[in-house]
Amino acid sequence: MTMNLLRLFRGRNASAGVARERLQILLAHERGLRGQPDLLATLREEILAVVSKHIQLDPEKVTVRLDRGPVVSTLEVDIEVPNNFEQTSARAVRRAAAG
Amino acid sequence: MAKVLVVTSGKGGVGKTTSTAALGAALAQSGASVVVIDFDVGLRNLDLVMGAERRVVFDLINVVHGVAKLQQALIRDKRLENLWLLPASQTRDKDALTDEGVGRIIAELRTKFDWILCDSPAGIERGAMLAMRYADEAVIVTNPEVSSVRDSDRIIGMLDSKTVKAERGERVAKHVLITRYDPARAARGEMLSIDDILEILATPLLGIIPESQDVLRASNVGCPVTLNNVTSAPARAYVDAARRLMGETVDMTVPAERRGLMNRLLGRRAA
Repeated sequence: MTMNLLRLFRGRNASAGVARERLQILLAHERGLRGQPDLLATLREEILAVVSKHIQLDPEKVTVRLDRGPVVSTLEVDIEVPNNFEQTSARAVRRAAAG
Repeated sequence: MAKVLVVTSGKGGVGKTTSTAALGAALAQSGASVVVIDFDVGLRNLDLVMGAERRVVFDLINVVHGVAKLQQALIRDKRLENLWLLPASQTRDKDALTDEGVGRIIAELRTKFDWILCDSPAGIERGAMLAMRYADEAVIVTNPEVSSVRDSDRIIGMLDSKTVKAERGERVAKHVLITRYDPARAARGEMLSIDDILEILATPLLGIIPESQDVLRASNVGCPVTLNNVTSAPARAYVDAARRLMGETVDMTVPAERRGLMNRLLGRRAA
């Protein structure tokens, strides 16, 4: 709204306000990430570790994506599991019982 | 006491080399002994902007590797006897620079000069890191344009974390130098204003260099703009910035081009 009014007053070429707003939003976000380890890589690693306790996984088949929306963002975790997957822990339990 | 100043920006093409040459010459003109170092290994250009390209024998990497002594690699400016250049290598790759080697050279230069200006390469890779590594102060060259401001912000973050000073818990004194500024376009809201940029970067202003043909004219002939046409708008702006670096208080103005009568009558833009 403010931007539209500004543009009305300053003419069509007054794009500096848009530049300032875009930069402020972007840099607020980027400064938050600075100095932190790569969030997605960490999430991927830990999710892989947790699931691997129970199911044998191909680490290549785990993807973690963060989609940033205007109001909320979604974290998408996609893990491909073979149909005849082996239950890591169950097998270990069975083995222990047999031994 | 010697001061090590890095001229950096993140983004390429914003005027780091021009500013290094101009500030170096302005500081030297005030009587200080100054050395400007080109850290852009493989893509050296400070020698060309300073007009010393035909006098390069040894370079920074030769000194780091002990092939040449510092005195052999330093090139004295032909116009100012207390202005010196340490060129970058044109043939070696950027990995030839080592943190330890750069530290050794900077320490030696500190004993010989009042000002050591490090012209950083663009980017955030090794060369840029090493250019800022030993800095006491930093000039962040920024154009009034979104990509340049974003990259400046990134570089400011690195100055606060990756420098020796930052690692010791001290602060690198940072200054923003806005180049290629067009006051008329900013007034019309077509270009980020000085206030916009300073508010976003939250860093003090060192100077405002107006967009000007004199900058290209100076680099064409291999002369720092502060020596080539001392009365030109960019030269006056750089001299003011250099005085602020030396601790003087100078009113912040954007020097204007002095337009001739014919230009004014015809309404021709100076820049």
